[in-house]
Amino acid sequence: MNSKVRKIIPQLITLLAVILIFGFFTFNAQINMDNRGIEFGFGFLSQESSFDVQFSLIDYDGSHSYARAYLVGLLNTLLVAFIGIIISTILGVIVGIARLSPNYLIERSAAFYVEFFRNIPLLLQIFFWYFAALRALPLPQNADSIFGVFYLTIKGLFVPRLVWENLDIFFYSLIAAVISIIVIRNYARKIQENQGKQLPVFSISIGLLIILPLLAFLTGVVSLGVEVPVLEQIATTSFIYKGGLGIPPELIALTLALSLYTATFIAECVRAGIQGISKGQKEAAASIGLTPNQILKLVIMPQALRIIIPPTTNQYLNLTKNSSLAAAIAYPDLVLVFAGTALMQTGRAIEIVSITMLTYLSISLAISLLMNWYNKKIAIKEK
Amino acid sequence: MYRYIKQLVSLFSVFVVLFAFANEAMAAKKSKTLKNTQKKGFVRCGVSQGLPGFSNADASGNWTGVDVDVCRAVAAAVLGDASKVKFTPLSAKERFTALTSGEIDILSRNTTWTLSRDADIGLTFVGVNFYDGQGFMVRKDSGITSTSQFKSGISACTNIGTTTELNMRDFFNSKGISYEPVAFEKADEVVAAYDAGRCDTYTTDKSGLAAQRTKLSNPDDHIVLPETISKEPLGPVVRQGDSVWEDIVRWSLNVMIEAEEYGVNSSNADSMKTSDNPAIKRLVGAEGELGAAFGLDNDWSLRIIKQVGNYGESYKRNIADTNILPDRGPNELWTKGGILYVPPAR
Repeated sequence: MNSKVRKIIPQLITLLAVILIFGFFTFNAQINMDNRGIEFGFGFLSQESSFDVQFSLIDYDGSHSYARAYLVGLLNTLLVAFIGIIISTILGVIVGIARLSPNYLIERSAAFYVEFFRNIPLLLQIFFWYFAALRALPLPQNADSIFGVFYLTIKGLFVPRLVWENLDIFFYSLIAAVISIIVIRNYARKIQENQGKQLPVFSISIGLLIILPLLAFLTGVVSLGVEVPVLEQIATTSFIYKGGLGIPPELIALTLALSLYTATFIAECVRAGIQGISKGQKEAAASIGLTPNQILKLVIMPQALRIIIPPTTNQYLNLTKNSSLAAAIAYPDLVLVFAGTALMQTGRAIEIVSITMLTYLSISLAISLLMNWYNKKIAIKEK
Repeated sequence: MYRYIKQLVSLFSVFVVLFAFANEAMAAKKSKTLKNTQKKGFVRCGVSQGLPGFSNADASGNWTGVDVDVCRAVAAAVLGDASKVKFTPLSAKERFTALTSGEIDILSRNTTWTLSRDADIGLTFVGVNFYDGQGFMVRKDSGITSTSQFKSGISACTNIGTTTELNMRDFFNSKGISYEPVAFEKADEVVAAYDAGRCDTYTTDKSGLAAQRTKLSNPDDHIVLPETISKEPLGPVVRQGDSVWEDIVRWSLNVMIEAEEYGVNSSNADSMKTSDNPAIKRLVGAEGELGAAFGLDNDWSLRIIKQVGNYGESYKRNIADTNILPDRGPNELWTKGGILYVPPAR
């Protein structure tokens, strides 16, 4: 028996064992479901769902199918994850850098924030933001406006809705701006490499981003109307804002809790990343005449990111998975809508739970892939 | 002669074997759930996570309620002791899975009997122990006194995974009113959100509204609107496929209702053995062999009445005296103007 075969045999045995275990579970479930008269199948997905959902990014009501309800839940989960990741990243980076600040007050408050928010269970924080903070908000009729057009009430945040004319042209102008920025950046790099001259790329970019869309407005091709929320009475003491855009308090509470919680972990990743770069790097950069901004941008951050990215990926994944706690405060995410209402209305526990698990797995894997790709891009390229 | 005897013996042994098989077959007719329950010594019963009047645990963990009494009646019938019940509190989401997976043997959790639930997911409804209907609760100061005053934009708090969610949609759609459904997983969270002013109305079964109203910070500031928008016959459920167990649960409930009809209660049950009415005598086990059909002794129904009481006693103790719904409404006996009507126990 040669060594190759000897190496393969244990692998084969393990594979066989795994297949047998899965086979056993499938078989067992099959037998038990047969015994209890439960059928297995995904036909229910095309049936009419006949329940409504509070908040949906796509057109949906009870006359649509369960598959559509699944999509509504999925999009709501992705929405929370997306907003949560952006806010927690911005907050995390700021707090992480603040923790290294030489200013005692800033450093201490950042440390207090991190220790406070990461040591309280997330579910409690969600309940706090929803039930405690919500109770403190005024009823719609008592709400004072913010800047005359925003209303923060117990029934949600009501903001003006933007009504666009020729929205597509506005987008084209934005795309044009982005393309010209890329061209200018490449040109600036060439000039720097050839002549050692530096162009103010950042200011030019900002300028382009403002001027091009502004041109679209000034020429009158694109126009923007604003629909302001208006208070409407629906009973003696019941009021609601109509017109404008209503953001449900469930979404606000959930995003707030998830972002504040996850930002503490990201802040620690950022701090670890920056502290992981040896002091010599900074001193060496300073000694060749780089400005503090350049040191951070060109020397510290590129190296720190290599340390920051992998653990931050974990935090993004955690945030996405934690968003399933939404069910506790009635935010209609995938778990509440699909693994909750749809499961109970159809009784298809095995099918729905497996679809939900696969969905979360796919979301997590997608985030992982994206972050791994980014990590590879910024990793040291050995020559 | 010897051959003749040999033939006789073999013939006899064939009969013995056949008889043994027949016996085996008879035993198999006995319920598997019943056998397991008697072996374990307690009835496994799924109840709500706390709905006053129906299934609610006090500080020391004692369960009371009309739903709880159904399980107690079954325990009295099959084990001889109404206290031998293990209660499992379940959310609306978990309840059917807990039953079909065999974690509990009776689901008595204010569950609405519908066609799809009965036919589709391996469940069997055995009867109705409470006739309910969905209603709305609003704040008194809102000035709303009828659902006809509802206007578009109204927000409604409710529980997920119940028939409530579906009825609500049917109701608002038929009226052409746009509404905002805010659906929570647990009843306590619905109460908290409604109490905070998140919603204009709270909708669920009327009995549930009456019970949950007691949990609000100022119960008197809220009213339940008179309209009923759906039929909600609530009753105990068992797993499909054990018809003997199904019969036991069904008739444990029926006996409680029939006992009230004949005026038999927990205090006079023993003396009713000498009644002149054969129906009453059958009910207390003094005549007939009713228990044998389930594989139970003849005192099973007497034990239910003595230990748990009749339906009227259970209702009074749990729902009327606690001021949840003092008026029995449709849950009055058919002889007194209600719709409580069960087949005769004979």
